[in-house]
Amino acid sequence: MNFPSELKYSKEDEWVQVDGNTGTIGITDFAQDQLSDIVYLEITLTEGESGEKGEVFGTVESVKAASDLFLPIGGKILEVNEDLLETPELVNSDPYGAGWLVKIEIADSSELDGLMNASDYETNTKERS
Amino acid sequence: MVEPLIYDLSSLGRRGVRFPEPDVPHTDLPEKFLRKELPLPEVSEPEVIRHFTRLSQLNHGVDTGFYPLGSCTMKYNPKINEQAARLPGFAHVHPLQPLETVQGSLILMHLLQEFLKEIGGFAGVTLQPAAGAHGELTGVSIIREYLHSIGETQRNKILIPDSAHGTNPATSSMSGMQVVELPSDERGNVDLEALRAECDQNLAGLMLTNPNTLGLFEEQTLEVIELVHEAGGLVYGDGANMNALLGIVRPGDLGFDVLHYNLHKTFSTPHGGGGPGSGPVGVAEHLVDFLPGPIVGIIDQGADDNPPLYGFLQPQKSIGRVKSFHGHFGIFVRAFTYILMHGASGLREVSEGAVLNANYLMSQLKDIYHLPFDRVCMHEFVFEGRWPDAPDIHAFDIAKRLMDFGFHPPTYYFPLIVKEALMIEPTETETLETLDAFVDAMRQIAEEAHTDPEILLTAPHNTPFARLDEVQAAKQLVFCCQVPEFIKAVEGD
Repeated sequence: MNFPSELKYSKEDEWVQVDGNTGTIGITDFAQDQLSDIVYLEITLTEGESGEKGEVFGTVESVKAASDLFLPIGGKILEVNEDLLETPELVNSDPYGAGWLVKIEIADSSELDGLMNASDYETNTKERS
Repeated sequence: MVEPLIYDLSSLGRRGVRFPEPDVPHTDLPEKFLRKELPLPEVSEPEVIRHFTRLSQLNHGVDTGFYPLGSCTMKYNPKINEQAARLPGFAHVHPLQPLETVQGSLILMHLLQEFLKEIGGFAGVTLQPAAGAHGELTGVSIIREYLHSIGETQRNKILIPDSAHGTNPATSSMSGMQVVELPSDERGNVDLEALRAECDQNLAGLMLTNPNTLGLFEEQTLEVIELVHEAGGLVYGDGANMNALLGIVRPGDLGFDVLHYNLHKTFSTPHGGGGPGSGPVGVAEHLVDFLPGPIVGIIDQGADDNPPLYGFLQPQKSIGRVKSFHGHFGIFVRAFTYILMHGASGLREVSEGAVLNANYLMSQLKDIYHLPFDRVCMHEFVFEGRWPDAPDIHAFDIAKRLMDFGFHPPTYYFPLIVKEALMIEPTETETLETLDAFVDAMRQIAEEAHTDPEILLTAPHNTPFARLDEVQAAKQLVFCCQVPEFIKAVEGD
């Protein structure tokens, strides 16, 4: 299980990579492993729309279960990873790379303080598995 | 072994039936109604029979083997139900016949409504809903209509425990309600503190599955119902698990306001591919006027020399029709037969047997399969399908391996609150020998998981098809190898 140290993590198993005012968001290696083979992915917020921290921005569906996707921090959607609509399995194979979900313009960078670092998140997942 | 599509068996001009010459004058159909092409397979009768018989042999059903699919109550469907449903007086009625000519069918529907009222402890029942989730949608619509009728239009929140059936949140969302999930406590009951925190002026109701999807009786049912009622909400009961309660507890007596029954689970009518389903809804006194209409009732009391006349009555504040005509009548005949064959004491024995069988299996296996909520169960129970010392094995692999022993897999990966869940419901219709054979298979599989995991990872081995590609099945929706020419022609129009 991979927990890159440069990322921030939410308890709903999303990660954020911060680059200036831009946040790239995806689901974690732990989340994709729990879901197993992902067969369908829908992002309901479109480019230019804003969402608050905790807001549902899409759904991910695997052969096991369906799960909502929650924004780990609020902001405006800059870009949606369109490749995932055809090849959602990228989330399984490369959750922190080609499997990213959306890029947002971070509304309030202080919300990042509420997220976990890699080692806290790793501990959190161990408690849940 | 691949069975071709029936279109692939087609041969141009082949006929299975030859119509006799008409013995009455005939009129040609108007030209504009005639199709130039009719894309049907052209096959002989034996080809049709062999094709569908072969397909049926690739399948597993309650008539071929044990089917412990948790939450689905795959009990045996007695053949006398089929015999009753085929009686000409029931099989050949038409829903638009004059009332006077279908009194027998109406009396049967009326009695079935009365039986279900008695079994559930309710004041009114509609037979219209066509399945369990349809019953839920009907029930939540009734709750919303009732709240609106008393001016409580702001109430739009439905609470759903995380141990409820998966359809409950979908139903509430479809009804325009906002869904809030409630956690379970360490004994598998609804967390009362979490419930109290959500009891406010926006609360429309709570949907409770009891026994819940862990197969456990909600030990604080009365408190849960009281809290919701005190806050001004209503309580919906998901009756899919009624097979544990018949003749023992009546949900209406516990304070449930609405409940749906699954005739295709509890009352032994065909299920799954053999359906259709039927999900009648029972309601307490204050909701009777809101039931979907029409409801079967006596429309003319009659007198000494003529019997009462049965017909259709429209409840005063009805939410309206939820099904064309009167529901799945053929299913009513089967459920009615089942109830009559058992009688009140027999139905109680059904539930006692279901609970006994589930506890027997659970006790025989819980030393090797982890039981996260270790309590006396009701009609089903949930194991974890994993072991720390067999890290490659998942519930999925155990399920697939069970097929090699001639058993249908249990429900797996549900409920979500148990890791690698295996949800097992044996039902009351299985013999001790069958249960013991299942125990032996489960013990052997646990042994193999540790000594020869490959045999699980590549299972099943003895079925007509090996492990299927579930990812491809979910993603590739057109799966026949070729689209027949005439279908292409039609799609091209």
